[in-house]
Amino acid sequence: MKLSLLLTAALTVAGSLGAADWTQVRGPNGDGLSSETGVPVRLEPSSITWSVSLPGRGLSSPLILGDKVFVTVGSGARQDRLHVLCFRVTDGVLLWERQFWATGRTMTHEKIGAATPTPASDGTAIYAIFSSNDCVALDLDGRLLWFRGLGRDYPNASNSLGMSSSLVVVDGVVVAMVENDSESFTAGLDARTGVNRWKLDRPKKANWTSPVVFKSPGQPNRVLLQSAQGVTAVDPTTGKIAWDITEGASTVPSLVVNQGKLVIPANGITVVEPVPGEAKPKSVWHSAQLRPGTASPVVVGGRLLTLNDGGILTCADVQDGKRLWQLRLKGSFSATPVAAGGHLYCVSEDGRVQVVDPSKAEGVVVSELPLEQTVIGTPSIAAGSLFVRSDSRLVRLGGTALR
Amino acid sequence: MARVHSVLAASVLLVATAINSVAALPRKLASSVERLKAVGAEGQGNSAAQAAWNEVAKAKANQIPELLVAMDGANDYALNWMRAAIETAVQRETTAGAKLSLKSLEVLLRDTQHHPRARRLAFELIQKLDASRAQALLPEFLQDPGSELRREAVAQLMARAAGQTTAAKASAVTTYRQALGFSREADQIEDIAKRLQDLGDKVDLAKTFGWVAKWQLIGPFDNAGEVGFAKVYPPEERLDLKAELAGKSGPVKWFPYETRSEYGLVDFNQAISSLKGAAGYATAEFWSDSARTAQVRLGCKNGWKVWVNGALIFGRDEYHRSAEIDQYRMPVSLKAGKNILLVKCTQNEQTQDWAKEWEFQLRVTDEQGTPIVSTR
Repeated sequence: MKLSLLLTAALTVAGSLGAADWTQVRGPNGDGLSSETGVPVRLEPSSITWSVSLPGRGLSSPLILGDKVFVTVGSGARQDRLHVLCFRVTDGVLLWERQFWATGRTMTHEKIGAATPTPASDGTAIYAIFSSNDCVALDLDGRLLWFRGLGRDYPNASNSLGMSSSLVVVDGVVVAMVENDSESFTAGLDARTGVNRWKLDRPKKANWTSPVVFKSPGQPNRVLLQSAQGVTAVDPTTGKIAWDITEGASTVPSLVVNQGKLVIPANGITVVEPVPGEAKPKSVWHSAQLRPGTASPVVVGGRLLTLNDGGILTCADVQDGKRLWQLRLKGSFSATPVAAGGHLYCVSEDGRVQVVDPSKAEGVVVSELPLEQTVIGTPSIAAGSLFVRSDSRLVRLGGTALR
Repeated sequence: MARVHSVLAASVLLVATAINSVAALPRKLASSVERLKAVGAEGQGNSAAQAAWNEVAKAKANQIPELLVAMDGANDYALNWMRAAIETAVQRETTAGAKLSLKSLEVLLRDTQHHPRARRLAFELIQKLDASRAQALLPEFLQDPGSELRREAVAQLMARAAGQTTAAKASAVTTYRQALGFSREADQIEDIAKRLQDLGDKVDLAKTFGWVAKWQLIGPFDNAGEVGFAKVYPPEERLDLKAELAGKSGPVKWFPYETRSEYGLVDFNQAISSLKGAAGYATAEFWSDSARTAQVRLGCKNGWKVWVNGALIFGRDEYHRSAEIDQYRMPVSLKAGKNILLVKCTQNEQTQDWAKEWEFQLRVTDEQGTPIVSTR
């Protein structure tokens, strides 16, 4: 009995997540925020700790767990070679790489590619999905745990412009949104084996948003699925629908949870608050003035920030949606801003990293660093650093270099 | 003649030596491989494969060629399990200083009876061991049944042609023409055609791709609210090219249509009318000298269904996302003699500028993408 308790405790520790690990798209809580300290604010060329080349293209965010950074890549003329790579955080040395042949359709818009969705991790494994709807689980040392070809299993599950919904993993279930115009569904895959725990038919409409985990003290976890129809909360263990908002929502930028409220891109921004025991969340406010583009909204210190594709950063009070200021950043944007230490890190499509202090009466660009590479994907924050993945390289800014 | 015999004898000796150096898989490893090959759709066999994968990934360097051989007959899921295990074993073994047998890998690579993906992986392992050797081998694969090897061999030939352009234009044209003859990938063919055009040599793209160009069309039928995609109109039940049918806005009849597009586009907007919420059909006779397997390759950004000899092959109700050559590749069996192709193409009611197209392109090819043209 004692031995089994010890083993359980050991396994729990082995599978636990570091407080500042970056385990999914937009960070551990899916809100773009990191508790990391020491991330450089004054960026300059010497801020680049290391930069390594990648064997292909991609938009997915790097995941960082302890001393390992994981990134997915697509290569080949048809983007039909799928890669998962693991680098050492300290020096960017490649620790391992696994490659897979896509089994689903690989056609995408030229701006994206196979490695568009961001993987997720529960601390024991990396779960990666690609635009072809091939989904793979690897342990942190690169051992294959399972492989699923969701585009092969369900042959009309694809989008000729490409799929981009990232994964989340919660309560032992990997949630994959495979929502498109034809064979549209979201699946809960058993994290241990990859088999379907549940499969939920979803609106037949192309959808590039990502699922968000909603955690509320004393309440069961929910996964929020945003679509053109609205937002649906499901039980991640069963796929049963807990509640639905059917007033419509965006199919590109994804909602963010802030202080128990949902900040939803929906013809502007709509904020709602789920109430335990109520059939529907209660409405808090709506603003048509706040219009995120491709980037998802982020809330930093009570300030809601939306960024449109043209680089207009708009700041509003998250309590009521009142607009506070606007700031024009340099360049066009697809990447969602992320934040640490009260600063916002915005990366333009031409690779210009701009650090914004949103706390003042007007937004201030504190520093900027041109990486001169195409960056479409959202950066990640961990180990005192910002990790930016471009179309060809993985770059670490800040943190401690290996001496 | 004597020289040919001695070369053959040497080749046989090389093969025999290489095969002798491949370790037959021990029972436990062979059994693990079988469990990997037993994986299937919807995660079937994944639990058993997990432990088996760890066994296969422990393989020694001299067992790698036999593991590659064992990829024969594997389905697409299992090929990925096998690949990851082999790469893991190779990484560990080579880090530990073990040597992979280049000869064994080359023997496997050259044997087109093995799975194209096993052969491709063998090539990539050779690339890692000896990049220049891999480059030297590439010209052997210009007619390879594996698309990845063939593409890379053609790319090498194109690079050679590019190096010739300034020095000898005629040589460059000849080399690009050779590359065009070997290439089976649409984007690569277009790339070669553009380079040839830059050199003043026009490529007949329609002939190169081998589109089905002569059709009989009928329409429009109703697709308002996209209901026409699922609705069974008379052509799906019985093909009668003399019939007059009830269309979306009155009686409609079959009429001949021949595409002049170099991309084989069958354009309903041009042939019928620029309608929204409409469905059209196209049918063609396709004559084959023999019964054979083939692929129907379709590009279309509308809703579509394809039947061959009355059997529905596939259909898809996605509208105006994107289209490309060979977007959908569908395996089919052709009869000797006359085969009937039927395509349903549905237009929805989107009004944006980028939602105007109501068209498809179709060709019949072998598995590698070599066009098969109707013999009549």
